[in-house]
Amino acid sequence: MTAYIIRRLLQMIPTMLGVVLLLFVLFNWVGGDPAYILAGKVFSEAQIANIRYQLGIDRPAYVQIGIFLKQIITADFGASWSTQEPVSDILKTRLGPSLTVLLPLLVLGTLLAIALSLVVARFRRSLTDRMVMIACTVGMSISILVYIIIFQYVFAYRLAWFPIQGWSDSLWTNLTTFAALPILIGLCVGLAPDLRLFRSFMLDEVEQDYVRTARAKGLTEKRILWIHVLRNASIPIVTYVMAALPGLLVGALLIERFFSIPGIGREVLLAVERSDFPVIKAITVYVAIATMFANLAADLIYKAVDPRVELK
Amino acid sequence: MRQTHDSSVPETIPEKSGNGFWALAWLRFRDDRVGVVSIIFVAAFFIIVFLSALGAVASDWNKEVGIHDAPPDLWGLLTPVPPPEAMGNAAQRVAQTIKTAQHGEALLPSTVVDPLAETLAQLQGERMEGAFPESRVVDPLAETLRELGAEGMVLSAVEEKNAAKRTSLPFGGDRWGRDVLTKTIKGSQISITVGLSAALLATLLGTLLGALAGYYGGRTDDVLNWAYSVFNAIPYLLLILAVAAVLQQRGVMTVILILGLTGWTGVFRLIRAEYLKHRGREYVQAARAFGVPDRRILFLHILPNVSHVALVKVSLLAVGFIKAEVILSFLGFGVAVDEVSWGSMLNDAYQELILGRWWELAAAGGAMALFVTVFSLLTDAMRDALDPKIRETS
Repeated sequence: MTAYIIRRLLQMIPTMLGVVLLLFVLFNWVGGDPAYILAGKVFSEAQIANIRYQLGIDRPAYVQIGIFLKQIITADFGASWSTQEPVSDILKTRLGPSLTVLLPLLVLGTLLAIALSLVVARFRRSLTDRMVMIACTVGMSISILVYIIIFQYVFAYRLAWFPIQGWSDSLWTNLTTFAALPILIGLCVGLAPDLRLFRSFMLDEVEQDYVRTARAKGLTEKRILWIHVLRNASIPIVTYVMAALPGLLVGALLIERFFSIPGIGREVLLAVERSDFPVIKAITVYVAIATMFANLAADLIYKAVDPRVELK
Repeated sequence: MRQTHDSSVPETIPEKSGNGFWALAWLRFRDDRVGVVSIIFVAAFFIIVFLSALGAVASDWNKEVGIHDAPPDLWGLLTPVPPPEAMGNAAQRVAQTIKTAQHGEALLPSTVVDPLAETLAQLQGERMEGAFPESRVVDPLAETLRELGAEGMVLSAVEEKNAAKRTSLPFGGDRWGRDVLTKTIKGSQISITVGLSAALLATLLGTLLGALAGYYGGRTDDVLNWAYSVFNAIPYLLLILAVAAVLQQRGVMTVILILGLTGWTGVFRLIRAEYLKHRGREYVQAARAFGVPDRRILFLHILPNVSHVALVKVSLLAVGFIKAEVILSFLGFGVAVDEVSWGSMLNDAYQELILGRWWELAAAGGAMALFVTVFSLLTDAMRDALDPKIRETS
């Protein structure tokens, strides 16, 4: 087990270097000279030379990549190009609001999808099942933008059940007032794809021998599904949920934008709009690291709950 | 055993083309009622897209044919709400305001509300107390308003032009009076074209790299697998936003490139696995023994046997890319300002909805939902028909 973890951690190093290289090529060469972006519309050659010196982009590429690596390890990406706020401060202060929305969403969404997928699994291969699956396809076809626009208009603007947007300093106020509608929207958007996926996990289990044995023992269908099938199907579900978390951090950016929640996702959008490269680079690197660790954690949990799994 | 000679699209195979793999798939597909219905809808969409690309329809989507925010009438089925007063035609309201102001009458308080009035009054109050010098409180629009008033001629010309415009349109009009129906057709053309082209690009790239990695193995496989893990470590939306941030250009081609060049990883994994499976098969060994060059083995011998995997993947990717394009365009990182897509329409619609103009949201959101639904159902049916083994579990 320890050897496995160490090997996995070592395998992350080349991947991480690749991410660094990709970002370096992207931000230094594909997009043109960063000095011109930073200089704005009016500039002199002397200013450009000065900015290049300050950014270190007049030095050879390997030195610059070295600086980039040092920034990642020390978590010091300097200041944002547009607000001059230290990038590390930006990351620290934006993580809380994002998690305030995401964690309840993840827990509630997973529980809801598990419950519904068990209900659907009971009607497998019937007309009800087929109708629910088609309804899921339709639900997934509607743009997330349409969900957000309509929910915000109806529940916040017309009915005024929730504030249209906003954020406070108190966690409780945020959870009960400002995060409520965003979480509700997230639940509606995420339900269809989760339900489809979890249903397929459940159906994989329903075909197994132990289910037939349980049925032969005379157990009720309800007990088979909610105790026996669920226990086994929860392995892929937990793995999936773990691995999805870092992506959600960014994926919630539309919700954060519409409801002005000062989270990571909104920060990404602002940074892209302002060509604020240090912020985008820092967020991308750390989210990539988080993704790799989440994948490792998912594999370890898989192993912990299912001893048959061989870790390679 | 799958036959290798027959690689055209299943839909076009005539029934009597023998018992080839694609012919069998077509027979299975024909029995799937949902699949058949969805292919009719998809075909209808493609005809519209094709006509629009040729310029036969919707080429004048940018023309202001109706009044501002013209309500929908669905060709007379829907009684349109009487336009100017009740619907609040912005230009006319401004014109009236200025006329009233010119005659020195008081402005009607109910129709014209100055959002800054309170602040101004407050500031003026403070000025009385000497907190601010007089010059600080100036209505920034006063000058413009006076000029506009002096140019009453221009306004009456605008009114005449407005009179020639239609007061209602089948699907309504947008803020500028452009026909939402035409705009939706043009937007569908752009969004669907972008989604399919990007999916094609990503699949070509993923298939090429997957074929090389799977067939050659060894060092090639290591390097390509490394590239795969790098692209996979970054959440997809973040990756395309980062690329959009560095590419300052906006437009259809840029979106296709962004989505296509970043979205190849899923195809790569699938195709690589297929090539790994096939490279040990007898027909490949036989071809190699005959001295057939690798290039031919890769793309003429093996590819037709794995192309059904790629075909399903193209349509799965297209759905994902259409959704991604809509989000990019909504945020302003997608199509250029003089182009229209479902995403840019949703952006317009978002601002119109607050004023009660729901029709553009309904048209763009509805068109997208309909297309993506039928396209996804078609993909499901296609996958079931092409690979009956996986039908059981999914």
